[in-house]
Amino acid sequence: MNGDYAALARALAPETALVAGALAVLGLDLMWLRRRPAETRLRTAVGVAALAVAVAVMLVLAVGRAGVVAGGALQVDTLALAVRLGVLVLALGALGIATGAPIPRHPVEYVAVMLFAAAGLTLMAAANQLLLAFLAFELASLSLYVLTGFDKARPESAEAALKYFLFGGMAAAFFLFGLSLLYGLTGSIAFPAAGAVLAAPHSSPLAAVALVMVLVAFGFKVAAAPFHLWAPDVYQGAPAPTAAFIASASKLAGYGLFARLLWAGTTPGAEGGVPGWLPVVAVLAGVSLLLGNLVALAQTDVRRLLAYSAIAHAGALLLGVMTAGRAGFGPLVYYAATYGLASLGAFGVIAAVERGGGCRRLEDLAGLYRRSPLLAGCLTVFVLSLAGIPPLAGFFGKFAVFAAALRFDGPTGPAGGLALLAIALTVVALYYYLVILKQALVAAPAPHNGGRIAVPQPAALTLAVTAGLIVLLGVFPSLVLGWF
Amino acid sequence: MSLLPWTIYFTLGGALLALAAGARSAAAARWLALATALAGWGATLGAAVRFTPAPGLQTLVDVAWIPELGVRYHLAADGISLTLVVLTGLAATAGVLFSWNVTERTGEYFALYLLLIAGVYGVFLSADALLLFAFYELAIAPKYFLIAIWGSTRREYGAMKLVLYSFAGSALVLAGLLWARAASGAGFGLADLAAGPYTAGQQTGMFALVFLGFAVLAGLFPFHTWAPTGHVAAPTAASMLLAGVVMKLGAYGCLRVAMPLFPAGLAFWQPVIAWLAVAGILYAGAVALVQDDFKFVIGYSSVSHMGFVLLGLAAANAGAVGGAVLQMFSHGVIAGLLFAVVGRMVYDRTHTRRLRDLRAMPMHRLLPFAALTFVLAGLASMGLPGFSGFPAELLILVGAWKTSPVWALAAAAGVALAAAFTLRAIQLAFFGRTGGAAAGAPRQSLPPITWPERAGALLLVGATLLIGLRPDLLLGWIGPSLQSPLFQAALKGGAP
Repeated sequence: MNGDYAALARALAPETALVAGALAVLGLDLMWLRRRPAETRLRTAVGVAALAVAVAVMLVLAVGRAGVVAGGALQVDTLALAVRLGVLVLALGALGIATGAPIPRHPVEYVAVMLFAAAGLTLMAAANQLLLAFLAFELASLSLYVLTGFDKARPESAEAALKYFLFGGMAAAFFLFGLSLLYGLTGSIAFPAAGAVLAAPHSSPLAAVALVMVLVAFGFKVAAAPFHLWAPDVYQGAPAPTAAFIASASKLAGYGLFARLLWAGTTPGAEGGVPGWLPVVAVLAGVSLLLGNLVALAQTDVRRLLAYSAIAHAGALLLGVMTAGRAGFGPLVYYAATYGLASLGAFGVIAAVERGGGCRRLEDLAGLYRRSPLLAGCLTVFVLSLAGIPPLAGFFGKFAVFAAALRFDGPTGPAGGLALLAIALTVVALYYYLVILKQALVAAPAPHNGGRIAVPQPAALTLAVTAGLIVLLGVFPSLVLGWF
Repeated sequence: MSLLPWTIYFTLGGALLALAAGARSAAAARWLALATALAGWGATLGAAVRFTPAPGLQTLVDVAWIPELGVRYHLAADGISLTLVVLTGLAATAGVLFSWNVTERTGEYFALYLLLIAGVYGVFLSADALLLFAFYELAIAPKYFLIAIWGSTRREYGAMKLVLYSFAGSALVLAGLLWARAASGAGFGLADLAAGPYTAGQQTGMFALVFLGFAVLAGLFPFHTWAPTGHVAAPTAASMLLAGVVMKLGAYGCLRVAMPLFPAGLAFWQPVIAWLAVAGILYAGAVALVQDDFKFVIGYSSVSHMGFVLLGLAAANAGAVGGAVLQMFSHGVIAGLLFAVVGRMVYDRTHTRRLRDLRAMPMHRLLPFAALTFVLAGLASMGLPGFSGFPAELLILVGAWKTSPVWALAAAAGVALAAAFTLRAIQLAFFGRTGGAAAGAPRQSLPPITWPERAGALLLVGATLLIGLRPDLLLGWIGPSLQSPLFQAALKGGAP
């Protein structure tokens, strides 16, 4: 038993580092920094938090692929390794962005809660047991609700937090109910047993109910239609770094968790029957693709536009989940991680523009090329990556997922057909992405809103590094794909 | 030959340097861009001197790129690629010369311009279908900004329409390639994909997706409507490149990817493509005949001339396809010249492109150099012997006759139309008012033609004359390339 605990502690060392970091951030501030200006407190907190995240990254690498830990509660495999690293890198990015965003009233608590959220998300990546999965899911979600409501100066922030919390609470209730049904059906809380029930082609009505309930939670977490309703409001109302974090790390961890659960019952790489949940997920994917892309066309608010584009991307990513059992988790994780980087960056740019004035409507981005060439250049990389223009990473993510989908069941099967639909919709998507860039690069700055934007150095560095990563991972996709 | 990959790297590097230099000095960005374009062109010419024509692609670089997805970084060239990269180098150099008067955001302009050129070089040198596709999209994206930022008439509309059409085309191509790869199971190398095996039905579908996708960019009727509006909206050098090389990307994709990979599909769709091509030749020619905007005349003439390229491809015999490649080169040079005269020499000085207004000005006296250049370009465009258009269109018509005399006859009417709309444009724009009485009209003088314009025009006129007199220079490269097994399969499968 002692050895078991040692292994558990080792496997959970990154989460421990994150929680310790959060406590250190709070403690340091409480003892020494209370009376300093908010800017200093925020920067110190971010510095300490970044250190904690860096330690966590090293610990993740040190743990490596430890395999099944603690009697099957955790599975530290390649998927867990990649998703944990991705979440931590994205958390680092969100912290960097926070230094360039308008400063919240309680800057230090903000940073600490973000670390708690990151700990929940990394735990989700490795969870291999229903109970632990739910705990991790809730730790992440509760932290994210708090982060959403942090901007106390704006009523939208509180509204978004409440909405997110209500939807999230419902989703969590469904999830828990679904998990308890699965436990009742199998007598086990291990993922493989639950996965086998979910994947059985002709299952009992009870299993179907459990499946639907699990998928409700999944759809909520990754903002897939028709469980997407919270996303536009949260993206619009939350402080920009929170929105960046929700759009990137939270999604990546969500895909990691649910892809693991759904495919847990089948041997990886095996040919064979189509899992029973596949048609349901295919419907979610198709609806998300259509709704996200079409509704995004009508948006005039940058953040809501990004929210609908996120729903559209969720549809494509669900394709990655559908094919992960045969094509491996590589395309899914690569797509989710690079999509996360691009939307993190986009929100980072929005945060910096907000600091220099408002950034609500698309027109507020007008003349960005003159107001801050750095922001305009980075935004171009992020948005073109979201649109899927090579050689940026967004293209290869889509390409890998669509290729896997067409190999899965040909152009007439559900996955292949959805891939063709998704390819057709990229043309629609290009339009609204170009509308963003048209404002930033083509339009002249508005007279009342045309001053230069000063971007704090840590935020500028974060954005430049994020843009660089997108180019690097685009030119060398094997850096990620090669792991799997 | 080993110089060829450097065209891509030079040009990408030049784009970054021009962006950096442009922040300080517009002149530095300009000269950097010219140096980059010349270096790229020099590399293609250097490679051409040492090129030994042989059937099949000669590999330049071949390394694993994304092994997980079966994609290789495989650059290779044959006579067809070489013809087109030489054209790219020439058009890029001339385009920089005709952009010499860009003063607003000069660094960004040349950075995007060179990015586009790098993508074009990449497409012509790729031997892996996905690599080709990636370069193809890399060439599409900068067009939006070039047109929307530095363009003229309805530029945002024209830019968006052009990019959405191109992107819709490339979405079809991507769908077709992914389907083919899913069916064949091997990598994305052109040779791997060609190996198949595909059923005849699959080939019909895959060919339709890939060919149509590329043909949108080549201006296939009735998907050509992006071309005139895009050309009109674009700044001069961007129209030169659009008509000169970017439309060739589409035709090249049809020839390099769609036809050899899916010969049975070609056989099935051949009559449809040929008739659409003929319809494009005639329709665009007829529309060009009644335009009042000078640039629209040239825009539609491009669609008409690209119709000949597509007809040559559809005829699917060695003569016609060789003629089509020659026509790609020839039209690249001539269209560049025509757009340069209209956009840079005339419009930038008179600020009107309406033939009605130009007619009221004694243009041949105000801008004799422009008039002379346009007459020469017009003669070349009509396909007069001695200019490059003549051997190209002749080969296409003779080749099309071999496959179906009706196509050749219908297309020959297009040659007559081309003569009509070109002569009309020359007459209205430059010789509208020939009487000496008008000499006293106001606006007597226009800024003189500058040296970069003269240099660019000389380059292009020289190229069309050289190839007009010695078409064997290029045909000697193109002919052996078509002997490769891949093309032979396409040309045999396409025989009636």
